Amino acid sequence: MIEFRTVTKQFPDGTIAVDALDLVIPARQTTVLVGSSGSGKTTILRMINRMVEKTSGAIEIDGEDIYGLNPVKLRRSIGYVMQNSGLLPHRKVIDNVTTVPVLNGVKKAEARAAALTLLDTVGLDRSLAERYPSQLSGGQQQRVGVARGLAADPNILLMDEPFGAVDPIVRAELQQELVRIQRDLGKTIVFVTHDIDEAFLLGDQVVLLEKGGRVAQAGTPAEILSKPANDFVASFIGADRGRRALRVEVVHGRNVVVDEDGRPTGVLQS
Amino acid sequence: MDLFLDGFAWIFDPAHLNGPGGVWVRIAEQLSYTFGAVAIAAVIAIPLGLWIGHTGRGRDVAVLTSGGLRALPSLGLLIIFALAIGIGFKAPLLAFVILAIPSLLSGAYAGVEAVDKRTVDAARAQGMTEWQVLTKVELPLGLPLLIGGIRSGVLQVVATATLAYFASGGALGVFINDGLKTRNYAELIGASLIVTVLALVLEGIFALLQRLFVPRGVTAGRVSEVRSRSVRPRAVVGNPIQEGK
Ligand SMILES: Nc1ncnc2c1ncn2[C@@H]1O[C@H](COP(=O)(O)OP(=O)(O)OP(=O)(O)O)[C@@H](O)[C@H]1O
Ligand SMILES: [Mg+2]
Repeated sequence: MIEFRTVTKQFPDGTIAVDALDLVIPARQTTVLVGSSGSGKTTILRMINRMVEKTSGAIEIDGEDIYGLNPVKLRRSIGYVMQNSGLLPHRKVIDNVTTVPVLNGVKKAEARAAALTLLDTVGLDRSLAERYPSQLSGGQQQRVGVARGLAADPNILLMDEPFGAVDPIVRAELQQELVRIQRDLGKTIVFVTHDIDEAFLLGDQVVLLEKGGRVAQAGTPAEILSKPANDFVASFIGADRGRRALRVEVVHGRNVVVDEDGRPTGVLQS
Repeated sequence: MDLFLDGFAWIFDPAHLNGPGGVWVRIAEQLSYTFGAVAIAAVIAIPLGLWIGHTGRGRDVAVLTSGGLRALPSLGLLIIFALAIGIGFKAPLLAFVILAIPSLLSGAYAGVEAVDKRTVDAARAQGMTEWQVLTKVELPLGLPLLIGGIRSGVLQVVATATLAYFASGGALGVFINDGLKTRNYAELIGASLIVTVLALVLEGIFALLQRLFVPRGVTAGRVSEVRSRSVRPRAVVGNPIQEGK
Protein backbone atom coordinates (compact mmCIF):
# COMPACT_ATOMS: atom_id res chain seq x y z
CA MET A 1 0.00 0.00 0.00
CA ILE A 2 1.22 3.46 -0.91
CA GLU A 3 -0.10 6.37 1.06
CA PHE A 4 0.11 10.10 0.36
CA ARG A 5 -0.64 12.27 3.36
CA THR A 6 -1.22 15.93 2.55
CA VAL A 7 1.62 15.87 0.05
CA THR A 8 2.50 19.08 -1.72
CA LYS A 9 5.01 19.58 -4.48
CA GLN A 10 6.10 23.05 -5.42
CA PHE A 11 8.76 23.30 -8.12
CA PRO A 12 11.57 25.83 -7.73
CA ASP A 13 9.87 28.12 -10.25
CA GLY A 14 6.86 28.37 -7.95
CA THR A 15 4.51 26.00 -9.79
CA ILE A 16 2.45 24.02 -7.33
CA ALA A 17 2.08 20.79 -9.25
CA VAL A 18 0.51 18.82 -6.43
CA ASP A 19 -1.45 20.56 -3.71
CA ALA A 20 -2.10 18.78 -0.40
CA LEU A 21 -2.77 15.39 -1.93
CA ASP A 22 -4.31 12.65 0.20
CA LEU A 23 -4.38 9.34 -1.58
CA VAL A 24 -4.26 5.67 -0.73
CA ILE A 25 -3.03 3.28 -3.39
CA PRO A 26 -4.00 -0.26 -2.42
CA ALA A 27 -1.56 -3.13 -2.70
CA ARG A 28 -1.69 -5.76 -5.45
CA GLN A 29 -4.10 -3.78 -7.54
CA THR A 30 -3.87 -1.45 -10.48
CA THR A 31 -4.51 2.18 -9.67
CA VAL A 32 -4.79 4.46 -12.66
CA LEU A 33 -4.14 8.16 -12.33
CA VAL A 34 -5.99 9.93 -15.09
CA GLY A 35 -6.38 13.61 -15.86
CA SER A 36 -5.63 16.17 -18.48
CA SER A 37 -2.17 17.41 -19.32
CA GLY A 38 -0.47 19.26 -16.49
CA SER A 39 -2.76 17.91 -13.79
CA GLY A 40 0.21 16.52 -11.89
CA LYS A 41 0.04 12.81 -12.72
CA THR A 42 3.71 12.41 -13.52
CA THR A 43 4.70 14.45 -10.50
CA ILE A 44 2.64 12.23 -8.19
CA LEU A 45 4.07 9.09 -9.77
CA ARG A 46 7.65 10.26 -9.54
CA MET A 47 7.27 11.23 -5.92
CA ILE A 48 6.79 7.53 -5.16
CA ASN A 49 10.35 6.66 -6.25
CA ARG A 50 11.69 10.03 -5.21
CA MET A 51 12.60 11.06 -8.71
CA VAL A 52 10.68 14.15 -7.60
CA GLU A 53 11.18 15.23 -4.00
CA LYS A 54 8.04 16.25 -2.14
CA THR A 55 7.89 19.73 -0.63
CA SER A 56 5.77 18.77 2.36
CA GLY A 57 3.58 15.98 3.70
CA ALA A 58 4.42 12.30 4.06
CA ILE A 59 4.65 9.42 1.62
CA GLU A 60 4.61 5.90 2.99
CA ILE A 61 4.99 2.48 1.46
CA ASP A 62 3.50 -0.24 3.66
CA GLY A 63 3.59 2.15 6.58
CA GLU A 64 7.24 3.09 6.08
CA ASP A 65 8.17 6.68 5.33
CA ILE A 66 10.09 6.59 2.04
CA TYR A 67 12.15 9.55 3.19
CA GLY A 68 13.76 7.26 5.72
CA LEU A 69 15.07 5.10 2.86
CA ASN A 70 18.05 5.52 0.58
CA PRO A 71 16.64 6.81 -2.74
CA VAL A 72 18.85 4.52 -4.83
CA LYS A 73 17.71 1.46 -2.87
CA LEU A 74 14.12 2.64 -3.03
CA ARG A 75 14.29 2.99 -6.82
CA ARG A 76 15.82 -0.44 -7.25
CA SER A 77 12.86 -1.89 -5.39
CA ILE A 78 10.31 -0.16 -7.62
CA GLY A 79 9.81 -0.84 -11.32
CA TYR A 80 9.51 2.18 -13.55
CA VAL A 81 8.23 2.20 -17.12
CA MET A 82 7.97 5.37 -19.13
CA GLN A 83 6.49 6.52 -22.40
CA ASN A 84 9.60 6.55 -24.55
CA SER A 85 10.79 3.27 -23.00
CA GLY A 86 13.95 5.01 -21.72
CA LEU A 87 16.07 2.04 -22.68
CA LEU A 88 19.82 2.48 -22.72
CA PRO A 89 20.62 2.73 -26.44
CA HIS A 90 24.11 1.30 -26.08
CA ARG A 91 23.00 -1.87 -24.34
CA LYS A 92 21.37 -4.89 -25.88
CA VAL A 93 17.81 -5.74 -24.97
CA ILE A 94 18.93 -8.46 -22.58
CA ASP A 95 21.39 -6.14 -20.84
CA ASN A 96 18.74 -3.49 -20.49
CA VAL A 97 16.45 -5.97 -18.80
CA THR A 98 19.15 -7.20 -16.43
CA THR A 99 20.26 -3.69 -15.44
CA VAL A 100 18.66 -3.58 -12.01
CA PRO A 101 19.26 -7.20 -10.95
CA VAL A 102 22.93 -6.78 -11.89
CA LEU A 103 23.10 -3.53 -9.93
CA ASN A 104 21.62 -5.48 -7.05
CA GLY A 105 24.46 -8.00 -7.29
CA VAL A 106 22.69 -10.89 -9.02
CA LYS A 107 25.13 -12.96 -11.07
CA LYS A 108 25.10 -12.10 -14.74
CA ALA A 109 24.27 -15.57 -16.01
CA GLU A 110 21.46 -15.91 -13.51
CA ALA A 111 20.06 -12.49 -14.36
CA ARG A 112 20.20 -13.30 -18.07
CA ALA A 113 18.33 -16.54 -17.66
CA ALA A 114 15.64 -14.74 -15.67
CA ALA A 115 15.51 -11.99 -18.28
CA LEU A 116 14.83 -14.46 -21.06
CA THR A 117 11.86 -15.78 -19.12
CA LEU A 118 10.68 -12.22 -18.68
CA LEU A 119 10.84 -11.66 -22.43
CA ASP A 120 8.39 -14.55 -22.72
CA THR A 121 6.21 -12.95 -20.07
CA VAL A 122 5.93 -9.70 -21.97
CA GLY A 123 5.39 -11.49 -25.25
CA LEU A 124 8.73 -10.86 -26.91
CA ASP A 125 10.58 -13.40 -28.96
CA ARG A 126 13.81 -14.49 -27.31
CA SER A 127 15.65 -13.91 -30.56
CA LEU A 128 15.33 -10.17 -29.91
CA ALA A 129 17.46 -10.42 -26.78
CA GLU A 130 20.68 -9.66 -28.62
CA ARG A 131 19.32 -6.64 -30.48
CA TYR A 132 19.83 -3.05 -29.58
CA PRO A 133 16.80 -0.92 -28.70
CA SER A 134 17.14 1.06 -31.93
CA GLN A 135 16.56 -2.16 -33.82
CA LEU A 136 13.11 -2.66 -32.31
CA SER A 137 9.71 -1.21 -33.12
CA GLY A 138 8.13 1.21 -30.67
CA GLY A 139 5.79 -1.47 -29.36
CA GLN A 140 8.64 -3.93 -28.87
CA GLN A 141 10.63 -1.27 -27.04
CA GLN A 142 7.73 -0.73 -24.66
CA ARG A 143 7.58 -4.45 -23.97
CA VAL A 144 11.26 -4.41 -23.14
CA GLY A 145 10.57 -1.44 -20.88
CA VAL A 146 7.92 -3.48 -19.05
CA ALA A 147 10.27 -6.45 -18.78
CA ARG A 148 12.95 -4.21 -17.34
CA GLY A 149 10.47 -2.77 -14.87
CA LEU A 150 9.64 -6.29 -13.70
CA ALA A 151 13.20 -7.62 -13.70
CA ALA A 152 14.01 -7.10 -10.03
CA ASP A 153 10.61 -8.58 -9.12
CA PRO A 154 9.46 -5.37 -7.44
CA ASN A 155 6.24 -5.17 -5.47
CA ILE A 156 5.47 -1.84 -7.06
CA LEU A 157 5.43 -0.96 -10.73
CA LEU A 158 5.12 2.66 -11.81
CA MET A 159 4.00 3.21 -15.38
CA ASP A 160 3.90 6.68 -16.93
CA GLU A 161 1.85 6.63 -20.13
CA PRO A 162 3.74 3.52 -21.18
CA PHE A 163 1.55 2.97 -24.22
CA GLY A 164 1.10 6.60 -25.16
CA ALA A 165 3.44 6.63 -28.13
CA VAL A 166 2.37 3.52 -30.02
CA ASP A 167 -0.40 3.16 -32.56
CA PRO A 168 -3.89 2.19 -31.38
CA ILE A 169 -3.67 -1.43 -32.49
CA VAL A 170 -0.38 -2.05 -30.75
CA ARG A 171 -1.67 -0.12 -27.74
CA ALA A 172 -4.68 -2.42 -27.46
CA GLU A 173 -2.34 -5.42 -27.65
CA LEU A 174 -0.08 -4.04 -24.94
CA GLN A 175 -3.04 -3.25 -22.72
CA GLN A 176 -4.31 -6.81 -22.98
CA GLU A 177 -0.82 -8.07 -22.26
CA LEU A 178 -0.64 -5.94 -19.14
CA VAL A 179 -4.02 -7.18 -17.93
CA ARG A 180 -2.77 -10.75 -18.35
CA ILE A 181 0.56 -10.06 -16.64
CA GLN A 182 -1.17 -8.38 -13.75
CA ARG A 183 -3.54 -11.32 -13.36
CA ASP A 184 -0.50 -13.58 -13.00
CA LEU A 185 1.75 -11.37 -10.93
CA GLY A 186 -0.57 -9.22 -8.82
CA LYS A 187 1.76 -6.22 -8.50
CA THR A 188 0.87 -2.88 -7.02
CA ILE A 189 0.68 -0.96 -10.27
CA VAL A 190 0.36 2.79 -10.48
CA PHE A 191 -0.48 3.67 -14.03
CA VAL A 192 -0.66 7.16 -15.49
CA THR A 193 -2.66 7.98 -18.59
CA HIS A 194 -4.86 10.70 -19.98
CA ASP A 195 -6.94 8.18 -21.85
CA ILE A 196 -10.07 7.49 -19.83
CA ASP A 197 -10.84 4.31 -21.79
CA GLU A 198 -7.42 2.97 -20.90
CA ALA A 199 -8.05 3.93 -17.28
CA PHE A 200 -11.34 2.05 -17.14
CA LEU A 201 -9.84 -0.94 -18.92
CA LEU A 202 -6.83 -1.34 -16.64
CA GLY A 203 -7.80 0.20 -13.35
CA ASP A 204 -9.13 -1.59 -10.31
CA GLN A 205 -9.15 1.89 -8.90
CA VAL A 206 -9.29 5.00 -11.03
CA VAL A 207 -8.22 8.37 -9.66
CA LEU A 208 -9.40 11.37 -11.64
CA LEU A 209 -7.17 14.36 -11.17
CA GLU A 210 -7.78 18.02 -11.69
CA LYS A 211 -5.14 20.71 -11.94
CA GLY A 212 -2.81 20.77 -8.94
CA GLY A 213 -3.16 17.04 -8.41
CA ARG A 214 -6.54 17.51 -6.76
CA VAL A 215 -8.55 14.32 -6.65
CA ALA A 216 -11.85 14.94 -8.40
CA GLN A 217 -12.99 11.39 -7.77
CA ALA A 218 -11.46 8.06 -6.86
CA GLY A 219 -13.22 4.74 -7.14
CA THR A 220 -13.76 1.69 -9.26
CA PRO A 221 -14.65 2.32 -12.90
CA ALA A 222 -18.21 1.21 -12.16
CA GLU A 223 -18.55 3.66 -9.28
CA ILE A 224 -17.23 6.52 -11.35
CA LEU A 225 -19.45 5.68 -14.30
CA SER A 226 -22.54 5.23 -12.20
CA LYS A 227 -22.04 8.20 -9.95
CA PRO A 228 -19.75 10.90 -11.35
CA ALA A 229 -18.90 13.16 -8.41
CA ASN A 230 -19.28 16.40 -10.35
CA ASP A 231 -19.58 17.96 -13.78
CA PHE A 232 -15.82 17.82 -14.35
CA VAL A 233 -15.82 14.08 -13.85
CA ALA A 234 -18.94 13.60 -15.92
CA SER A 235 -17.52 15.50 -18.84
CA PHE A 236 -14.07 13.93 -18.51
CA ILE A 237 -15.43 10.40 -18.69
CA GLY A 238 -17.89 11.43 -21.35
CA ALA A 239 -20.79 10.02 -19.35
CA ASP A 240 -23.30 11.86 -21.47
CA ARG A 241 -21.82 11.07 -24.87
CA GLY A 242 -21.32 8.37 -27.44
CA ARG A 243 -20.89 4.83 -26.26
CA ARG A 244 -21.12 5.73 -22.60
CA ALA A 245 -24.66 7.07 -22.97
CA LEU A 246 -26.33 3.77 -23.75
CA ARG A 247 -30.05 3.27 -23.91
CA VAL A 248 -32.20 0.20 -24.22
CA GLU A 249 -34.70 -0.11 -27.06
CA VAL A 250 -37.07 -3.00 -27.35
CA VAL A 251 -36.87 -4.69 -30.73
CA HIS A 252 -38.87 -7.83 -31.45
CA GLY A 253 -39.40 -8.24 -27.76
CA ARG A 254 -35.68 -8.14 -26.91
CA ASN A 255 -33.68 -5.43 -25.14
CA VAL A 256 -31.24 -3.97 -27.64
CA VAL A 257 -28.61 -1.60 -26.29
CA VAL A 258 -28.05 1.44 -28.47
CA ASP A 259 -25.63 4.32 -28.14
CA GLU A 260 -26.24 8.06 -28.19
CA ASP A 261 -26.88 8.03 -31.94
CA GLY A 262 -29.21 5.06 -31.72
CA ARG A 263 -26.66 2.63 -33.16
CA PRO A 264 -27.09 -0.83 -31.72
CA THR A 265 -24.11 -2.14 -29.78
CA GLY A 266 -25.52 -5.35 -28.36
CA VAL A 267 -28.38 -7.21 -26.78
CA LEU A 268 -29.05 -7.37 -23.03
CA GLN A 269 -28.99 -10.92 -21.75
CA SER A 270 -31.77 -11.41 -19.26
CA MET B 1 57.78 21.25 -57.28
CA ASP B 2 61.52 21.33 -57.07
CA LEU B 3 61.27 22.86 -53.66
CA PHE B 4 59.16 19.94 -52.48
CA LEU B 5 61.63 17.47 -53.88
CA ASP B 6 64.39 19.36 -52.16
CA GLY B 7 62.38 19.20 -48.99
CA PHE B 8 61.99 15.43 -49.28
CA ALA B 9 65.64 15.05 -50.11
CA TRP B 10 66.50 17.05 -47.04
CA ILE B 11 64.32 14.90 -44.81
CA PHE B 12 65.81 11.64 -45.95
CA ASP B 13 69.36 12.85 -46.02
CA PRO B 14 71.06 10.61 -43.47
CA ALA B 15 73.05 13.60 -42.32
CA HIS B 16 69.89 15.17 -40.88
CA LEU B 17 67.95 12.08 -40.11
CA ASN B 18 69.84 10.49 -37.26
CA GLY B 19 71.89 11.49 -34.29
CA PRO B 20 71.17 14.07 -31.62
CA GLY B 21 69.30 17.02 -33.08
CA GLY B 22 68.36 14.90 -36.10
CA VAL B 23 64.92 14.62 -37.68
CA TRP B 24 63.93 11.58 -35.64
CA VAL B 25 64.78 13.24 -32.39
CA ARG B 26 62.87 16.37 -33.31
CA ILE B 27 59.85 14.34 -34.35
CA ALA B 28 60.01 12.55 -31.04
CA GLU B 29 60.14 15.90 -29.27
CA GLN B 30 57.22 17.24 -31.27
CA LEU B 31 55.16 14.16 -30.38
CA SER B 32 56.25 14.24 -26.76
CA TYR B 33 54.96 17.78 -26.46
CA THR B 34 51.75 16.78 -28.16
CA PHE B 35 50.94 13.74 -26.09
CA GLY B 36 52.49 15.09 -22.92
CA ALA B 37 50.49 18.30 -23.05
CA VAL B 38 47.28 16.57 -24.04
CA ALA B 39 47.72 13.95 -21.32
CA ILE B 40 48.24 16.56 -18.64
CA ALA B 41 45.36 18.63 -20.00
CA ALA B 42 43.20 15.51 -20.02
CA VAL B 43 43.87 14.79 -16.37
CA ILE B 44 42.68 18.29 -15.52
CA ALA B 45 39.98 18.95 -18.09
CA ILE B 46 38.21 15.64 -18.59
CA PRO B 47 37.14 14.99 -15.00
CA LEU B 48 36.15 18.65 -14.73
CA GLY B 49 34.24 18.51 -18.00
CA LEU B 50 32.44 15.31 -17.00
CA TRP B 51 31.48 16.84 -13.69
CA ILE B 52 30.18 19.97 -15.39
CA GLY B 53 28.24 17.94 -17.92
CA HIS B 54 26.81 15.64 -15.29
CA THR B 55 25.75 18.26 -12.78
CA GLY B 56 25.10 21.13 -15.18
CA ARG B 57 26.94 23.26 -12.65
CA GLY B 58 29.75 25.63 -13.54
CA ARG B 59 28.93 25.46 -17.21
CA ASP B 60 28.94 29.21 -17.73
CA VAL B 61 32.24 29.54 -15.94
CA ALA B 62 33.69 26.77 -18.08
CA VAL B 63 32.50 28.36 -21.31
CA LEU B 64 33.93 31.71 -20.30
CA THR B 65 37.25 30.31 -19.14
CA SER B 66 37.58 28.14 -22.23
CA GLY B 67 36.89 31.13 -24.42
CA GLY B 68 39.42 33.16 -22.48
CA LEU B 69 42.07 30.47 -22.71
CA ARG B 70 41.45 30.03 -26.40
CA ALA B 71 42.02 33.73 -26.94
CA LEU B 72 45.48 33.63 -25.34
CA PRO B 73 48.17 33.62 -28.01
CA SER B 74 50.33 30.56 -27.48
CA LEU B 75 53.53 32.34 -28.45
CA GLY B 76 52.99 35.08 -25.89
CA LEU B 77 52.20 32.52 -23.24
CA LEU B 78 55.26 30.51 -24.10
CA ILE B 79 57.55 33.49 -23.79
CA ILE B 80 56.01 34.57 -20.51
CA PHE B 81 56.46 31.07 -19.11
CA ALA B 82 60.02 30.93 -20.43
CA LEU B 83 60.78 34.18 -18.67
CA ALA B 84 59.11 32.99 -15.51
CA ILE B 85 60.45 29.45 -15.21
CA GLY B 86 63.44 29.51 -17.52
CA ILE B 87 64.04 28.01 -20.92
CA GLY B 88 63.85 24.33 -21.62
CA PHE B 89 60.96 21.95 -22.22
CA LYS B 90 58.81 22.97 -19.23
CA ALA B 91 57.73 26.39 -20.43
CA PRO B 92 56.50 25.18 -23.84
CA LEU B 93 54.84 22.16 -22.25
CA LEU B 94 52.92 24.40 -19.89
CA ALA B 95 51.85 26.67 -22.73
CA PHE B 96 50.63 23.67 -24.74
CA VAL B 97 48.72 22.29 -21.79
CA ILE B 98 46.83 25.55 -21.65
CA LEU B 99 46.32 25.40 -25.38
CA ALA B 100 44.78 21.93 -25.15
CA ILE B 101 42.53 22.46 -22.14
CA PRO B 102 39.61 24.27 -23.79
CA SER B 103 39.09 21.60 -26.47
CA LEU B 104 39.25 18.78 -23.98
CA LEU B 105 37.02 20.51 -21.49
CA SER B 106 34.32 21.35 -23.98
CA GLY B 107 34.56 17.90 -25.58
CA ALA B 108 33.96 16.29 -22.20
CA TYR B 109 31.03 18.39 -21.11
CA ALA B 110 29.47 18.57 -24.55
CA GLY B 111 29.65 14.79 -24.72
CA VAL B 112 27.79 14.36 -21.47
CA GLU B 113 25.33 17.11 -22.24
CA ALA B 114 24.49 15.63 -25.60
CA VAL B 115 23.15 12.44 -24.03
CA ASP B 116 19.37 12.30 -24.19
CA LYS B 117 18.05 13.60 -20.86
CA ARG B 118 15.30 10.98 -20.88
CA THR B 119 17.87 8.19 -21.10
CA VAL B 120 19.71 9.62 -18.12
CA ASP B 121 16.47 10.09 -16.23
CA ALA B 122 15.46 6.51 -16.90
CA ALA B 123 18.83 5.22 -15.74
CA ARG B 124 18.52 7.15 -12.50
CA ALA B 125 14.94 5.99 -12.03
CA GLN B 126 16.09 2.37 -12.33
CA GLY B 127 18.26 2.97 -9.31
CA MET B 128 21.68 3.84 -10.69
CA THR B 129 23.85 5.94 -8.41
CA GLU B 130 25.13 9.24 -9.80
CA TRP B 131 28.51 7.59 -10.39
CA GLN B 132 26.87 4.74 -12.28
CA VAL B 133 24.82 7.18 -14.35
CA LEU B 134 28.05 8.94 -15.28
CA THR B 135 30.22 5.91 -15.98
CA LYS B 136 27.65 3.51 -17.43
CA VAL B 137 25.46 5.90 -19.38
CA GLU B 138 26.82 9.39 -19.91
CA LEU B 139 30.44 8.47 -20.51
CA PRO B 140 29.92 5.68 -23.06
CA LEU B 141 27.28 7.67 -24.92
CA GLY B 142 29.31 10.88 -24.79
CA LEU B 143 32.58 9.20 -25.76
CA PRO B 144 32.58 10.20 -29.45
CA LEU B 145 32.37 13.89 -28.56
CA LEU B 146 34.90 13.50 -25.78
CA ILE B 147 37.34 11.88 -28.20
CA GLY B 148 36.53 14.68 -30.64
CA GLY B 149 37.76 17.10 -27.99
CA ILE B 150 40.98 15.14 -27.56
CA ARG B 151 41.34 15.06 -31.31
CA SER B 152 41.18 18.81 -31.72
CA GLY B 153 43.47 19.28 -28.72
CA VAL B 154 46.05 16.96 -30.27
CA LEU B 155 45.85 18.70 -33.62
CA GLN B 156 46.26 22.13 -32.08
CA VAL B 157 49.27 21.11 -30.05
CA VAL B 158 51.00 19.14 -32.80
CA ALA B 159 50.82 22.17 -35.06
CA THR B 160 51.74 24.67 -32.37
CA ALA B 161 54.58 22.64 -30.88
CA THR B 162 56.83 24.08 -33.59
CA LEU B 163 56.93 27.19 -31.39
CA ALA B 164 58.82 25.33 -28.66
CA TYR B 165 62.16 26.43 -30.07
CA PHE B 166 61.38 30.00 -28.98
CA ALA B 167 61.97 28.75 -25.47
CA SER B 168 64.79 26.53 -26.73
CA GLY B 169 62.56 23.56 -26.22
CA GLY B 170 63.59 21.78 -29.40
CA ALA B 171 61.05 20.02 -31.65
CA LEU B 172 60.61 20.58 -35.37
CA GLY B 173 60.46 24.34 -35.05
CA VAL B 174 64.24 24.25 -34.71
CA PHE B 175 64.57 23.30 -38.39
CA ILE B 176 62.02 25.85 -39.51
CA ASN B 177 63.76 28.59 -37.62
CA ASP B 178 67.14 27.48 -38.89
CA GLY B 179 65.88 27.16 -42.43
CA LEU B 180 64.49 30.69 -42.33
CA LYS B 181 67.60 32.15 -40.86
CA THR B 182 70.01 30.48 -43.25
CA ARG B 183 67.64 30.67 -46.22
CA ASN B 184 67.82 26.90 -46.46
CA TYR B 185 64.44 26.39 -48.09
CA ALA B 186 64.89 22.65 -48.38
CA GLU B 187 65.19 22.44 -44.62
CA LEU B 188 62.27 24.81 -44.11
CA ILE B 189 60.01 22.88 -46.42
CA GLY B 190 61.22 19.51 -45.21
CA ALA B 191 60.38 20.37 -41.61
CA SER B 192 57.01 21.87 -42.59
CA LEU B 193 56.19 18.73 -44.53
CA ILE B 194 56.94 16.60 -41.50
CA VAL B 195 54.66 18.70 -39.30
CA THR B 196 51.91 18.48 -41.89
CA VAL B 197 52.25 14.73 -42.22
CA LEU B 198 52.25 14.29 -38.44
CA ALA B 199 49.06 16.34 -38.19
CA LEU B 200 47.37 14.38 -40.96
CA VAL B 201 48.35 11.03 -39.51
CA LEU B 202 47.12 11.99 -36.05
CA GLU B 203 43.92 13.36 -37.56
CA GLY B 204 43.39 10.07 -39.34
CA ILE B 205 44.02 8.01 -36.24
CA PHE B 206 41.64 10.05 -34.15
CA ALA B 207 38.95 10.11 -36.81
CA LEU B 208 39.14 6.34 -36.74
CA LEU B 209 39.10 6.19 -32.95
CA GLN B 210 36.09 8.47 -32.84
CA ARG B 211 34.20 6.12 -35.12
CA LEU B 212 35.34 3.10 -33.21
CA PHE B 213 34.01 4.49 -29.97
CA VAL B 214 30.51 5.22 -31.14
CA PRO B 215 28.62 2.73 -28.98
CA ARG B 216 27.38 -0.30 -30.88
CA GLY B 217 23.68 0.21 -30.30
CA VAL B 218 23.85 3.79 -31.42
CA THR B 219 25.18 2.81 -34.83
CA ALA B 220 23.11 -0.34 -35.05
CA GLY B 221 19.84 1.37 -35.84
CA ARG B 222 21.29 3.99 -38.12
CA VAL B 223 19.08 4.82 -41.04
CA SER B 224 21.82 4.29 -43.59
CA GLU B 225 22.24 0.74 -42.45
CA VAL B 226 18.56 -0.03 -42.76
CA ARG B 227 18.46 1.58 -46.15
CA SER B 228 21.30 -0.44 -47.56
CA ARG B 229 19.22 -3.55 -46.95
CA SER B 230 16.12 -2.16 -48.53
CA VAL B 231 15.50 -2.58 -52.21
CA ARG B 232 12.92 0.13 -52.61
CA PRO B 233 13.40 3.57 -51.16
CA ARG B 234 11.15 4.49 -48.29
CA ALA B 235 10.77 7.16 -45.69
CA VAL B 236 12.11 6.28 -42.30
CA VAL B 237 10.67 8.12 -39.36
CA GLY B 238 11.57 7.53 -35.75
CA ASN B 239 13.21 4.28 -34.88
CA PRO B 240 13.64 2.16 -37.93
CA ILE B 241 13.10 -1.54 -37.68
CA GLN B 242 16.09 -3.45 -38.83
CA GLU B 243 15.09 -6.09 -41.25
CA GLY B 244 16.57 -9.49 -41.77
CA LYS B 245 18.59 -11.64 -39.38
N1 LIG C 1 10.59 20.36 -13.34
C1 LIG C 1 9.52 21.17 -13.32
N2 LIG C 1 9.66 22.48 -13.03
C2 LIG C 1 8.60 23.31 -13.00
N3 LIG C 1 7.34 22.93 -13.22
C3 LIG C 1 7.12 21.64 -13.51
C4 LIG C 1 8.20 20.69 -13.58
N4 LIG C 1 7.69 19.49 -13.89
C5 LIG C 1 6.36 19.67 -14.02
N5 LIG C 1 6.02 20.96 -13.78
C6 LIG C 1 4.66 21.52 -13.79
O1 LIG C 1 3.87 20.82 -12.87
C7 LIG C 1 2.58 20.60 -13.39
C8 LIG C 1 2.27 19.14 -13.40
O2 LIG C 1 3.14 18.48 -14.30
P1 LIG C 1 3.08 16.94 -14.58
O3 LIG C 1 4.22 16.62 -15.47
O4 LIG C 1 2.99 16.22 -13.30
O5 LIG C 1 1.73 16.81 -15.38
P2 LIG C 1 1.07 15.53 -16.05
O6 LIG C 1 -0.28 15.38 -15.46
O7 LIG C 1 1.97 14.39 -15.99
O8 LIG C 1 0.90 16.04 -17.55
P3 LIG C 1 1.04 15.22 -18.92
O9 LIG C 1 -0.24 14.48 -19.13
O10 LIG C 1 1.20 16.30 -19.93
O11 LIG C 1 2.24 14.34 -18.82
C9 LIG C 1 2.55 21.26 -14.76
O12 LIG C 1 1.98 22.53 -14.62
C10 LIG C 1 3.99 21.35 -15.12
O13 LIG C 1 4.21 22.46 -15.95
MG1 LIG D 1 3.09 13.25 -17.46
